[in-house]
Amino acid sequence: MIMPEPDADVIARRDEIVLALRDIVPGEGVIAEQNELSAYESDGLSAYRQRPMVVVLPETTAQVSDILKYCHANGIKVVPRGAGTGLSGGALPLADGVTLGLGKFNQIKEIDFSNRCVVAQPGVTNLGISDAVAHEGFYYAPDPSSQIACSIGGNVAENSGGVHCLKYGLTTNNVLGVEIVMMDGEIIRLGGRHLEAGGYDLLGVVTGSEGLLGVITEVTVRILQKPATARALLLGFGSSEQAGDCVGGIIDHGIIPGGLEMMDKHAIHATEDFVHAGYPLDVAALLIVELDGPQVEVDLLIDQVEHIASGCGATYSRASTTEDERLTFWAGRKNAFPAVGRISPDYICMDGTIPRSQLSYVLRRLSQMSAEYGLRCANVFHAGDGNLHPLILFDANVADELERAEAFGAEILKLCVAVGGVLTGEHGVGVEKRDLMGEMFSEDDMKQQQRLKCAFDPDQLLNPGKVYPTLHRCAELGKMHVHNGELPFPDLPRF
Amino acid sequence: MPQTLRPENEDQLLDAVNWALSRKIPLNVFGLGSKSSLGQAVSVEQGLDMSALSGILSYEPSELVLTAKAGTPLHEIQSALSEHNQSMAFEPVDLSVILNGKEPSNEADGTVGGMIAAGFAGPRRIRQGGVRDHVLGFRAISGRAELFKSGGKVMKNVTGFDLSKLMAGSMGTLAVMSEVTIKVLPVPEKSRTVLVQGLDEPVAIAAMRAAVNSPHEVSAAAHLPQSVAARSGVDLVAGSGAAVTAVRVEGPGASVETRCASLRKLLAPFGELEELHSQRSARFWAEVRDASFWRTTPPDTTIWRLSVPPSRGAHIAAAITRECGAEALFDWGGGLIWLALPDSRHKIVRAALDEQDGHATLIRASDSIRTTVPAFHPPSPSLAALSRRVKSAFDPHGILNPGRLYPTDAA
Repeated sequence: MIMPEPDADVIARRDEIVLALRDIVPGEGVIAEQNELSAYESDGLSAYRQRPMVVVLPETTAQVSDILKYCHANGIKVVPRGAGTGLSGGALPLADGVTLGLGKFNQIKEIDFSNRCVVAQPGVTNLGISDAVAHEGFYYAPDPSSQIACSIGGNVAENSGGVHCLKYGLTTNNVLGVEIVMMDGEIIRLGGRHLEAGGYDLLGVVTGSEGLLGVITEVTVRILQKPATARALLLGFGSSEQAGDCVGGIIDHGIIPGGLEMMDKHAIHATEDFVHAGYPLDVAALLIVELDGPQVEVDLLIDQVEHIASGCGATYSRASTTEDERLTFWAGRKNAFPAVGRISPDYICMDGTIPRSQLSYVLRRLSQMSAEYGLRCANVFHAGDGNLHPLILFDANVADELERAEAFGAEILKLCVAVGGVLTGEHGVGVEKRDLMGEMFSEDDMKQQQRLKCAFDPDQLLNPGKVYPTLHRCAELGKMHVHNGELPFPDLPRF
Repeated sequence: MPQTLRPENEDQLLDAVNWALSRKIPLNVFGLGSKSSLGQAVSVEQGLDMSALSGILSYEPSELVLTAKAGTPLHEIQSALSEHNQSMAFEPVDLSVILNGKEPSNEADGTVGGMIAAGFAGPRRIRQGGVRDHVLGFRAISGRAELFKSGGKVMKNVTGFDLSKLMAGSMGTLAVMSEVTIKVLPVPEKSRTVLVQGLDEPVAIAAMRAAVNSPHEVSAAAHLPQSVAARSGVDLVAGSGAAVTAVRVEGPGASVETRCASLRKLLAPFGELEELHSQRSARFWAEVRDASFWRTTPPDTTIWRLSVPPSRGAHIAAAITRECGAEALFDWGGGLIWLALPDSRHKIVRAALDEQDGHATLIRASDSIRTTVPAFHPPSPSLAALSRRVKSAFDPHGILNPGRLYPTDAA
């Protein structure tokens, strides 16, 4: 992974920079000791590591603004960081950069049931928001599997997903407003407690911008009334084709389940050995279908889905009858990653999305690739929205296995794009998929996206080296290539 | 008058924008012209007619995804979807009703590109999101005369900046879309609406809040004052002789019946109840969606649409109606206010909104008002500066619909 060349001048001024930051954030808010800095070397994508030049942990928006103003004035790069649970290296530090951690922004500022929203500081955990409103029967819908630890600010930066996206949307569909600080220190509010932010939907582009456009210092999210009932159905099939047909059949029937997950044989066995969720071991593919809503609707739809499944050749079917049982069904799926961690010294988790009709073909190709690379691969799949998570198992202590695993992973993502899908469904591009962006986007596509970056951060000091494989100077991106003007287009219809 | 350019494919579209850019000729980009009187009145002579870039390119009902050329008429998309019992869940507003006096129907005027560029969602916005939430990807020509794409053709995608959001509501000022991909959803099997009669506005807002905050999965909540309800084409609404507060539930039959019964219990303490079933329910919500109650009001009545925090809705509307003879219709549980008022009193509207109260859009007005009053809410100075930089990142010479969204970009 090649990162932008560190600026030796900036590194040489490190002591002076630490002092300046201490002026802004007094006390223990500036971390400069080498052994303490090591805790910030990576985020959830631990294959990539870099010790930051310095870490600063501000407590107020004014401090964030002052830090950014100072860094802007002095040409110092800044890497924003939430809880550090991201899976694509979006918070990977820079050797010549300040890592700006939002961990101390951990207060819920307001719970507003009248407007069905919560105003929170960015360091509040995803689950912390749901917990704060549970007493009135509300929750925050997007539920990434790291929801105990991941922060809402990080969720907005990454546009995080979860298992309930098909019905309830990603983060972007559940955020009403943000306060961001731009690289020059200016504080801007986008959206609020109303729907539709008005004017250009800058809230929509800041969400999922992976820390490249601004530092999020406050988030307003929509909360929903918890469904009255939820039941889950386990469905086993002799082939992944049949399971895929069943997913299509459910949607064709007009049913949008709250959750619709698929696991392949490897994933079923790994999780069953780990959590004993009661999964059938003699099936090739397992679906977990969760129906939520009023009791009468859930019971009705469970019957309908069972009927559709048996028409698709399901060999196993079991509906949860108690809340404990439902949670047990989910326990396997939710622990799929650690379960795989038990059967392999290391694994990497990929995150492509494909059109669901391509599932059988993609799974067939995956098992061929698995043989070619000599590495095992287990698949968990948000089947409803086509988001595939192949887990590639390897041993970093065996020479070249990491390289092979990465090459296997890259080939999977290329396959996703080739069949009409995308590189990442919910984990983000970060550094992990940065160099694959060209598989999906042309040079012009990426330049247009980077011009948007220039509107927010013309000196490209905020999280450089992430998302886009080539750093272009904004002046160069802004140059116009105007063709000289006689209309050479005789074919163009005019009226 | 210069001849209108009417490209028939993406290459010709690129040529057209390239030509305009090389001559610095601003373009008035339009599809079927159904919203030509929406937004700032600007005089751009050179037209770019997108209606020939038309046709559905792919539609896979079980993938819930549809791709079409941007100039495809909306009714064509709506009828393709309804063949598979699917729809655009955000209930696109048919602005032709209020702008051009069209009767509300299931077939909207305009093109899919125009729908995205304007970005107006109907009553189900509170449950299923807005236009912005259903645009998955697009191809477009920027004001730099470059073809680019963003997003994808799948439901879940976080690859790169989400420029699709930026296109929604941009009024064609950033890029000319040539192809769009949208998310579609199954049409609910059944729809029922509970009506509460005779509530004044603060009580109506409280009733809607109780309904929307309940676990009964309300998909729409609106309030019509008596004078507005009287103009409904639905007999039970028009004939009530009182203000009408309406709450809708949708879904499988048995579920709708159960939830409807629960809502009746919840709302009974507020006032007299009635119920609208399937056809009447659909007709009523189409009226609310398109604000058709003012379809035939005199041209010196201005129509506004305000997006506000629901808890502030009654207060804001009262501040305006108190000052002049305005009529207010509430949708989105109080978060959306449609206003009709004499055009001489337009200054009252934005003055009633505090900074954190959302925004007001001037939907219909006489030409003299449209040339003097910004149609879209003026952003704060810092947001305006950022918006100008964003505009310039896509269209540095301001050749695409200059001034249509913000007067300042018509330099």
